[in-house]
Amino acid sequence: MENKDSSKISRGDLLKGLVKKGGLMMLGGLPWAAYVEENKEEEFVLRPPGAVDEKKFVESCIKCGICVEECPYDTLKLAKPGDDALTGTPFFTPRDIPCYMCTDIPCVEACPTDSLLKDLVSDDNDKYNIEKAEMGVAVIDRKNCLAYWGIRCDACYRACPLLDEAIVLNFERNKRTGKHAMMKPEVNADICTGCGMCEHACITEKASIFVLPREKALGKVNDDYIKGWDKEDESRLDSTNIYIDKNQVEKSTLDYLNDTGSLLNDE
Amino acid sequence: MSNLSKYRFLLLRRIVQVTILVLFWGANRYGWKVLAGNLSTAKVLDSFYLADPLAVLQILATGTIITLDILIGVLIIVFFYGLITGRIFCSWVCPVNIVTDSAAWLRKKGYREKGNKYLKLSRSTRYYVLVLALILSLILGVAAYEVINPIGITVRGIVFGFGVSATVLLLIFLFDLLVLKNGFCGHICPVGGFYSLISKFRLLKVHLENDKCTSCMDCKTVCPEVQVLGIVGKKSGDISQGACTNCGRCIEVCEDDALRFKFF
Amino acid sequence: MGFSRRDFIKKTAIASAAAAIGVSVPTKLKADSVQRAKSGWRWDKTTCRFCGTGCGIMIATKNDKIVAIKGDVAAPVNRGLNCLKGYFNAKIMYGADRLKKPLLRVDEDGNFSKQGKFQPVSWQRAYDELEKQMRKTLKELGPAGIAIFGSGQYTIFEGYAASKLMKAGFRSNNIDPNARHCMASAVAGFIQTFGIDEPAGNYDDIEVADSIILWGANMAEMHPILWTRISDRKLENPDKVKLINLTTFSNRSSDISDIEILFKPHTDLAIMNYIARKIVYEMQDAIDWDFVKKYTVFATGPVNTGYGMRTANHPKFTDKERETVKGQSSKIVSKAEGKTLAYLGYKEGDTMEMKNAKGAGKHWQISFEEFKKGLEPYTLDFVANLAKGDPDEDLETFKVKLEVLASNYIDKARKVTSFWTMGFNQHQRGTWVNEQIYMIHLLLGKHAQPGNGAFSLTGQPSACGTAREVGTFAHRLPADLVVKNPKHRAFSEKIWKIPHGTINPKVGSHIVKIMRDIEDGKIKFAWVQVNNPWAATANTNHWLKAARQMDNFIVCSDSYPGVSAKVSDLILPSAMMYEKWGAYGNAERRTQHWRQQVTPVGDSMPDVYHIVEIAKRFKLRDVWGAQNIPGLEGGLPDVLPKAREMGYKPDDTLFDVLFANEEAKKFVWPDPVGKDFDNTEAVGDKRTITGTMGEEWKGYGFFIQKYLWEDYRKFGVGHAHDLASFDRYHEVRGLKWPYVDGKETQWRFNSKYDPYAAKQNYGDFAFYGGALKAIPQGDLKGVTDPVKKPLKNKAKIFFRPYMDPVEMPDKKYPLWLCTGRVLEHWHTGTMTMRVPELYRAVPQALAYMHPTDAEKYGLKQGDTIWVESRRGKVKTHVETRGRNRMPKGSIFIPFFDEKVLINKVTLDATCPISKETDYKKCAVKIYKA
Repeated sequence: MENKDSSKISRGDLLKGLVKKGGLMMLGGLPWAAYVEENKEEEFVLRPPGAVDEKKFVESCIKCGICVEECPYDTLKLAKPGDDALTGTPFFTPRDIPCYMCTDIPCVEACPTDSLLKDLVSDDNDKYNIEKAEMGVAVIDRKNCLAYWGIRCDACYRACPLLDEAIVLNFERNKRTGKHAMMKPEVNADICTGCGMCEHACITEKASIFVLPREKALGKVNDDYIKGWDKEDESRLDSTNIYIDKNQVEKSTLDYLNDTGSLLNDE
Repeated sequence: MSNLSKYRFLLLRRIVQVTILVLFWGANRYGWKVLAGNLSTAKVLDSFYLADPLAVLQILATGTIITLDILIGVLIIVFFYGLITGRIFCSWVCPVNIVTDSAAWLRKKGYREKGNKYLKLSRSTRYYVLVLALILSLILGVAAYEVINPIGITVRGIVFGFGVSATVLLLIFLFDLLVLKNGFCGHICPVGGFYSLISKFRLLKVHLENDKCTSCMDCKTVCPEVQVLGIVGKKSGDISQGACTNCGRCIEVCEDDALRFKFF
Repeated sequence: MGFSRRDFIKKTAIASAAAAIGVSVPTKLKADSVQRAKSGWRWDKTTCRFCGTGCGIMIATKNDKIVAIKGDVAAPVNRGLNCLKGYFNAKIMYGADRLKKPLLRVDEDGNFSKQGKFQPVSWQRAYDELEKQMRKTLKELGPAGIAIFGSGQYTIFEGYAASKLMKAGFRSNNIDPNARHCMASAVAGFIQTFGIDEPAGNYDDIEVADSIILWGANMAEMHPILWTRISDRKLENPDKVKLINLTTFSNRSSDISDIEILFKPHTDLAIMNYIARKIVYEMQDAIDWDFVKKYTVFATGPVNTGYGMRTANHPKFTDKERETVKGQSSKIVSKAEGKTLAYLGYKEGDTMEMKNAKGAGKHWQISFEEFKKGLEPYTLDFVANLAKGDPDEDLETFKVKLEVLASNYIDKARKVTSFWTMGFNQHQRGTWVNEQIYMIHLLLGKHAQPGNGAFSLTGQPSACGTAREVGTFAHRLPADLVVKNPKHRAFSEKIWKIPHGTINPKVGSHIVKIMRDIEDGKIKFAWVQVNNPWAATANTNHWLKAARQMDNFIVCSDSYPGVSAKVSDLILPSAMMYEKWGAYGNAERRTQHWRQQVTPVGDSMPDVYHIVEIAKRFKLRDVWGAQNIPGLEGGLPDVLPKAREMGYKPDDTLFDVLFANEEAKKFVWPDPVGKDFDNTEAVGDKRTITGTMGEEWKGYGFFIQKYLWEDYRKFGVGHAHDLASFDRYHEVRGLKWPYVDGKETQWRFNSKYDPYAAKQNYGDFAFYGGALKAIPQGDLKGVTDPVKKPLKNKAKIFFRPYMDPVEMPDKKYPLWLCTGRVLEHWHTGTMTMRVPELYRAVPQALAYMHPTDAEKYGLKQGDTIWVESRRGKVKTHVETRGRNRMPKGSIFIPFFDEKVLINKVTLDATCPISKETDYKKCAVKIYKA
């Protein structure tokens, strides 16, 4: 930079050039980035079985579409611009075609990038087990679910591949009629794979049971409270270490203590 | 003009381009196993993968570790294009090329060479786009160019069905036709840019015998990367710049037999 | 790899699937769903179109369109609830491909041609051809050459009109309903046991029963609203109330059952004898001796009765079919039969000649000791080994279940209600197994009392009301009368005001036989009404070919195009349920009427019109002369002279005599009960339909439906089948007959509730039914004293042995196949498959099977497979999960899906007594397609 003579371009020109090019890149980069950001922020997208978590998925999926080609039910689609998923990535819409939960999971088998990870849908013996899939979780709109009105429907229950496990029927007496029972479906989120067979089968005009990504549909309890009546629940502790002793007094503590504020006067 | 040999490479290229698309399409539609997937990653004969190095670079930029299958697929591509054939992806494989070629042809018919009236853009823009793609991938955690890559959108559209995405092709066509000659493939596309960067030391090149050359400049009229033909009319030699796509148009239009493909 | 699955299931996308079966996409509804405003809505009561439960619904119309429905809160059956099919009662009316014009197969010149293509024609052109073809057949074959496929979904008026036209007009008994496939075994069981059809109890049994036992009735899916009542009963007192589900595979009715008993097909015969044996041998004090002695006798009948098939020498059988069909003539006694038929001297390996195939229904009285002797082999060990249906179940567990089952019946403190549907009825010994359930209930004195009784459920909305009560069967007349009985014929002829000797005494062809007769060229004119027999009859490859490849004329009255319409020559568009006046009778003897709510779609017309219009084209001289009837010596007499004496002229039409007589015209329209309602048959409607005579349709000018009802009602009043007046049904939500002195009857045969029982003055009970009430005496082996002894007011306790079905899995065809329904679809799916929501819920008929079986045959979930029997094959998909969980060795495929026409595979073996087809068992193999 200091060597004026060896360059035909003056330092000013060079700077100007850099600023210009940098500026142009910024100019092009910003809308590009905005579009990408907007496009990837599709929080309600349902991914194929065995998909790694959404953040990792959009990082690693190479958009080859081989999973889509392998899907025997045409469940999976590759997102086009305008679809509710990052362009080029696979997703499915259960109301149109649900995941039929193939036992040999051809989509996962086909993925070249580990975006669909066999480990996530296999038993310990390395054999596929589609029942371990966590594509999403079914949620019931109890206001519009006919079974909650007392109508004998439970179409979702009968459509469920894991019937009596992922969806159970709760039998309740119908107090209004005095002689009929209601059979209300309820989803067991621990077992539901999010295949969407229920959403597909739901007979209301717009489905009253539908699949959402698990992060969207499920809450999360604090890691530091364990069910006293459930031995299993302690396993949640294994992955947590929330109290770490930093062994120093926080500045905010001192500031608080040193600020008597309005304790001594009424200002 | 009507001599078929004047289009021999063009025809062959179109056949190759269409065949590849048909194979991809058939893989989805009928489960053919020759070539499954698309141009970002393809599974060949149900046994090994080919992968787009730029797409993989972007994925790596997001901080994702790539599988061995894909890595091998990238190496095959880099080796093949980089050391053997050069940037033939752009002229023999990529379907967008068909669109931009036709824009160029129309331009030649209707607009002649009125110059770049509306926009001046450096041929190096594609390298900036490439760098930007990697930077944005790093920042956004998504293979940034793949979201907007018209090649991907086009191939996926053909294989899996078009949506509104077909308009991308129209935009590119109009851009090339009205705004900038060889605008997309020759200036902007970072995929071509990437292959240009790695193709310097390829084996397959166009060779010029200056003795035969009458400096009619027909070759320059048809060349989409016209800057690579700098030696035409000056001296014999290889067209060695990485940007040459080995499309062969210069060879087939040359009335003087001054140009030919040369291996080694 | 995945592509065999893709090929087919791809089609579950609604559009492509609909296209694949040639049906237009059922997405567009004509009902104006926008109008939410309540103003101008007219609500009126009606019933659900679907199953035999008989739920009440209310229907809202505005501007001649159905705008909404709701469950009828005043209906005692359902109190405002519906199932998911009931929810779509309005939507079934407006599928995009409703039939709107008569369609006739014509050649290029517009003349009828068997090979022609369907073209729309006028009603007049349609009836010209109909008349021509009918005349042609009558001339060639006489009354026995024509036939009607009737229905348990006929309105009562339609069934009555069709029956009257055939039996009083054309003098043909070839009218038989699809209810033959559904309820015939129950009917035969009722008639043989009680001498009168239909259940003693009613749905209110559910709320008082302590034990509810299901025998081959998947009520959770097939009687959804009754199932909610059973569930509620269970919830009300979960500790006391016990629910036991006996079935050949695990189904949804097991959900809240206390015990699920999976048994091998046909071994219900043995299980019931086990219970009876336990009672008779081990717990004699459980027998209600007072009841048994006073109200019952013991009886039995022959066993070598065949399986209701044609004999193997029939030329149209393939060699493969003959492997099974030969069982009709003789069979080798199996190991189990060697034990259960030892009382007749049979032992394993013997050849049994089916000598009683023709007299399968005959029976004779035996002593209690003989009865007891027959039960001897049915020990717990023997029956458990024979009957255990799940190879994976432990035998001891199974035994415990059987014991608990028996104790639920035997426990004197328990009120027991048994329910059954097609598991019993569609059975090669269907009548036997019906009789056996009464055997248990009668031995214990647990019948015809609140909460105590054996209750036969019906599948169809008017299997009872129309098919059975009106008697649209080949052997029946209204109100349990039969054509064979000269007194019954005379009685009917009197009511119908037709000459003595008009009614044909020879029993006609039952529904399976109509098909067989078509194939044999014995019937050349057949008319399908409210029914889809070419999809629903077993072994349908034969019948499909016969319809299309033989010289005959098939007419199909229907609202939607289905398989039967496709193989017909003339299609007549039918009005749907709410486009006409009607009445249905449900399983608990409840008759329910409704009014016409809207004008029919297109040029479609109510079936009453279809039936009555043809009567206009035949004169008495055409049909009431002497007629030759194959198998009836002397044929039918010429009754024209007598007719003349009665004041009829030979040129009077059947319409004048049977439907538009002086009495009929007294039922004037307008009538207060129909104020502000349409009546297309009486006065036409806002359309200008050109009728069958080329006239603008202005109606018959009188209230024909009311006439048909009141005419029909004469059969039952005073004969224990009393129905109320037409108007009465429009004031209430149905009435359970017999309706006497303004009161309906809750429990028949029980003097406390049933005026007819009380009238007998016989005791607390009186099984007063009059049919088959004089029988010879004998022992287990046969009749010893042929003198018939009357059995006034007594029911029969039958001994019936276990026998194998005629076709069982073997090396070549290793799996049992069972067919049936799913909750989402009704029968052959012509209505429900057109409701997009129901279609999407269950778009195709899958092959339910055990995962191990799938693996055994190299199949994965979802794979496309062929299911093949000796008779035919269909393509479908593997389902190892879901609602039905099969034991190893069995598969289940429902029959609603015409793309998976499972009746190409099934066997047309029937109960030899009831002639009802056994759809629940045949042998198949499966392999990857």
